Amino acid sequence: MKNFLAIFQRETKSYFSSPIAYVVIGLFLVLAGIFYYLIISNFVQMCMRVDMMAQQYRQMPQKMNVNLMAIRPIMHNLSLFALFFLPLVTMRLYSDEKRTGTIELLMTSPVSNWQAIMGKFAAAGALFVLMLAGTFIYIIFIFLYGNPELGPILTGYLGLLLIGLSYISFGLFFSTLTESQIIAAVSTFVFILVFWAIGWISGIVSPTLGNLLSNFSLIEHFDDFAKGVLDTKHIVYYLSFIFMGLFL
Amino acid sequence: MIDVQQVSRYFGDIAAVKDVSFQVEKGEIVGFLGPNAAGKTTTMRILTTYLPASSGTAKVAGFDVHEESMQVRKRIGYLPENPPLYQDMRVCDYLDFVAKIKGVDPNDRKKAVQEAMGKVAIDNVSKRVIRHLSKGYKQRVGIAQALVHNPDVLILDEPTIGLDPNQIIEVRELIKSLAGNHTIILSTHTLPEVSMTCERVIIINKGKVVAKDTTEGLTQKHSGARRLTVVVDAPLEDVRKKISALEGVEKVEKAGNGAEYTTLFVDSSKSLDIRPQLAKLIVAQNWPLYEIKAEDVSLEDVFLQLTTNEEGEAS
Ligand SMILES: Nc1ncnc2c1ncn2[C@@H]1O[C@H](COP(=O)(O)OP(=O)(O)O)[C@@H](O)[C@H]1O
Ligand SMILES: [Mg+2]
Repeated sequence: MKNFLAIFQRETKSYFSSPIAYVVIGLFLVLAGIFYYLIISNFVQMCMRVDMMAQQYRQMPQKMNVNLMAIRPIMHNLSLFALFFLPLVTMRLYSDEKRTGTIELLMTSPVSNWQAIMGKFAAAGALFVLMLAGTFIYIIFIFLYGNPELGPILTGYLGLLLIGLSYISFGLFFSTLTESQIIAAVSTFVFILVFWAIGWISGIVSPTLGNLLSNFSLIEHFDDFAKGVLDTKHIVYYLSFIFMGLFL
Repeated sequence: MIDVQQVSRYFGDIAAVKDVSFQVEKGEIVGFLGPNAAGKTTTMRILTTYLPASSGTAKVAGFDVHEESMQVRKRIGYLPENPPLYQDMRVCDYLDFVAKIKGVDPNDRKKAVQEAMGKVAIDNVSKRVIRHLSKGYKQRVGIAQALVHNPDVLILDEPTIGLDPNQIIEVRELIKSLAGNHTIILSTHTLPEVSMTCERVIIINKGKVVAKDTTEGLTQKHSGARRLTVVVDAPLEDVRKKISALEGVEKVEKAGNGAEYTTLFVDSSKSLDIRPQLAKLIVAQNWPLYEIKAEDVSLEDVFLQLTTNEEGEAS
């Protein structure tokens, strides 16, 4: 536990003593903000149109569901942005130690591999939690001007956290394979993208295979979280994905 | 303290280390000498549990490096060929981190870091970021890192490589000052380092141990011959023939080119001092004499002898 904490602290400090943390968090929020704005203004326009139509036909205006129409797409966007940013967060965790030789210190100290991996995993995870925490601001605005349901938002964030930790675990894995941060980031990115894409492929191939494939797809499992459905099946999926990444 | 038995390590088909065995006693300071790619780093990595051996056993402080690696890790300080420094940390934070992962008691940690910095004289840069330090200081931080948990065994891989001559002397002095409190094994590919810092030397070449001895013992054993340098002003062939004819002379060879006078190395058997005879000859021939000098057979010669012999065997 002491070793885990030591490594967690060192990695966290290292994130914040270099520009990495600020750049990643900042750009993530900027990007999220832009898309948030687009989605919300789109949503507001749609509401206005629906209102107008309702007035024309002298009907009760149809109630628009802000959860379904705005928050869900926002969550999906965030999961996509995490796909771009998290490989950048994880790429240096082991690659850099290999490149500079500090790995020899780590591997000849009385620290188990497991402690080191978990320390690094937790540091990247903490950074991701900060990234997500930043997006709360956007959600708070929705609460100020509308009345969304809280439940789906919470499950959405849980889903985001799990999907992000899955990215991180594989990012960590690819980082152990190479001295080059770029290679680590790119292979993580491609790997995760393939797992995303499996969901689309599954639509094309035969139904049984398609079903099987979509079970492996990272994003299919996320869909329910974003809808507000909390299913242990999905949680188990992400956890096993995370552990697979960490054990490799 | 260190007991290596028949350790081999293969990378693919290549044996980086082959059947290496040696022992190091408590408190000894031993040099691990060999040319580049001899297998020094590989051996040290096996001792520090960084790499597993392909076969053989190695024990450090009584613990097997493979079976009880965590026990071994607690008792060693290791300076790899490239000091394992986190460039973006401050010296004191870095050493504090190392002390933590080496398992230094939290209450003693501050003191341990202070002491390590004191021993290698880096107190004055403790608040500096490592990236901004000079090469010599970085090396010291690397040594401090190996010392911070006061380990029984210090393993230093080429501790003076890449330093300028002044820094080399400083680091050597530093290492010598550490002897006594720790068992030290250091690798190097330069001889002066061994003769200056170590009591005992293990010479390794192409993955095999070719000699183990005290520094003096090795020089004596391998100086089977006495060597004289003779400088006279006379035709080379004539001088060579006449000196070769003297009793006890084993070999006469020309030393270097471009000298104004004829310069020769004269090797004779150890038991016989040929200098009186040689002097008589030179006087009788009426050769103008400039120099007769007895050469010590240096560790350098021994080293060359051993490593080139080995090459002859292999081919
Ligand atoms: N990780 C590795 N993979 C393949 N070959 C290696 C590896 N490490 C060392 N070697 C080979 O093993 C031999 C010994 O290397 P090394 O132990 O580094 O020698 P030294 O430290 O004495 O210069 C060299 O021929 C080197 O190329
Ligand atoms: Mg080496």
